[in-house]
Amino acid sequence: MKSSSSRAFEGALAIGPRNGDAPEGPGRREAAAAEAHRAIEAIWRIESARLIAGLARVVGEIGTAEELAQDALVAALEQWPAEGVPERPAAWLMGTAKHRAIDLIRRRKTLERKHEEIGREVERAQKSLDLDAIGEEVEDDLLGLIFTACHPVLSKDARVALTLRVLGGLTTEEIARGFLVPVSTIAQRIVRAKRTLAVAHVRFEIPGGAERVARLASVLEVIYLIFNEGYSATAGKDWVRPALCEEALRLGRILAELVPTEPEVQGIVALMEIQASRLGARVGPSGEPVLLLDQDRTRWDRLLIRRGLAALERAERLGGALGPYALQAAIAACHARATTAAETDWPRIVALYDAVAQLAPSPVVELNRAVAVGMAFGPAAGLELVDALVDEPTLKSYHLLPAVRGDLLRKLGRSEEARAEFERAAALTENGQERELLQRRAAECAAERMAG
Amino acid sequence: MAEYQKFNEELIKAGVVLEAGRLYPSSQSKRVRFDGKKRTVIDGPFAETKELVAGYWLWQVRSIDEALEWLKRAPYDGGTFEIREILEFEGI
Repeated sequence: MKSSSSRAFEGALAIGPRNGDAPEGPGRREAAAAEAHRAIEAIWRIESARLIAGLARVVGEIGTAEELAQDALVAALEQWPAEGVPERPAAWLMGTAKHRAIDLIRRRKTLERKHEEIGREVERAQKSLDLDAIGEEVEDDLLGLIFTACHPVLSKDARVALTLRVLGGLTTEEIARGFLVPVSTIAQRIVRAKRTLAVAHVRFEIPGGAERVARLASVLEVIYLIFNEGYSATAGKDWVRPALCEEALRLGRILAELVPTEPEVQGIVALMEIQASRLGARVGPSGEPVLLLDQDRTRWDRLLIRRGLAALERAERLGGALGPYALQAAIAACHARATTAAETDWPRIVALYDAVAQLAPSPVVELNRAVAVGMAFGPAAGLELVDALVDEPTLKSYHLLPAVRGDLLRKLGRSEEARAEFERAAALTENGQERELLQRRAAECAAERMAG
Repeated sequence: MAEYQKFNEELIKAGVVLEAGRLYPSSQSKRVRFDGKKRTVIDGPFAETKELVAGYWLWQVRSIDEALEWLKRAPYDGGTFEIREILEFEGI
């Protein structure tokens, strides 16, 4: 995964191409090969999901589809550096994969069926892999791929890895780097995920009716898990990893185009756009976290805020009560609309958290609500709510519980208790940058106590 | 135009386009020349006609190579297009 994002902007303005300085003579072939490799990588990122989705429709499951697509990639890596990148690379990859798919079907069916049946099967495969058949069918395939990769039969970790692999076009190495785990771990997760899908006979399809609601929730969960790991890395030395946020945003934006009438899809996109607008402001000069209320709001990305607010408006226009993602987006929007931290509409945020708590009650939501109550109605009111959560088993090792409690205690002038809470929080977090921040706050409390 | 629209839609569906815009011709533009404390406003049209920006896209992609691959697919049969990266929080 690239460590920095790359937003390209284009206009009718002339300069030489970036790679136009390829040396003449002996180094030229190597330069051309390197250029082809970079092109293949880029084409793969663009095409792999559609390729795998189209193949999955034909072979019926994504494990084989992914392997066929990988075979086509290997063929491209062998041929393109020497022969040049074809004019229509997507068609080339699909054509190559299609031949292999037909071979595979032929081989499989030879074992099972009579020859005339094979003919029909192959014909059907050829038809459904028609390269001109783009449009709605491809979109359905893509949606089917998303639903399958995020199937609830898979563990969360497996869904995340498989989604980044088949939809994001990321390599196993890139996913491993993103989640700071060994490459072998991700490789195993993907292999196991494919096996689980096969064993459970998960069909490649778009679920309907009541199942669709649950399956869509599973998809959104995966997207938000990826986003959150980038937004507040649970481990490692970096506080944020924007590349993961961007992968999640891209998946969200694609999904919002595929199912434009699902309010929660618009809601999750709104939430991610608005949160991502703060990525640059969330990190201090030496990589340390900067908390929301301390951020330099002029550094928030206005374009992403605008996009987020527009997505939220779409979610609201689609009607019905807002779901948990749209409500959280509405909360994020309250912050985005406030030019200074002091202008934040905290009573509205409390009301929105009330709504989230009703829809999707959880101790973490309660904790967030307590923060908002503390801001809207004073630290004592917030502390009362937090104290009710202290014995909550699911928050036992959640570092933000003592961090929030410490913050409220500090505001109430109870510095010694606050210091102890910040130290407890520091011991619980696995993120290095966050630990330092919490330790610093503990030290500030100790200093306040000396002074007071 | 239909082809361009199709291409643009493809970009949007791929989650690539953040923003797009077309610009009025340069004959309707204004320039400000800075010289020390002095500011001189110059109205279009301008004598030189090369290198005028007619429109822009804002894309979010993973690399300049990906942007290049997308751009190559654009249904234009003339003109030159430039891809530039926006400076963002680097090295995180």
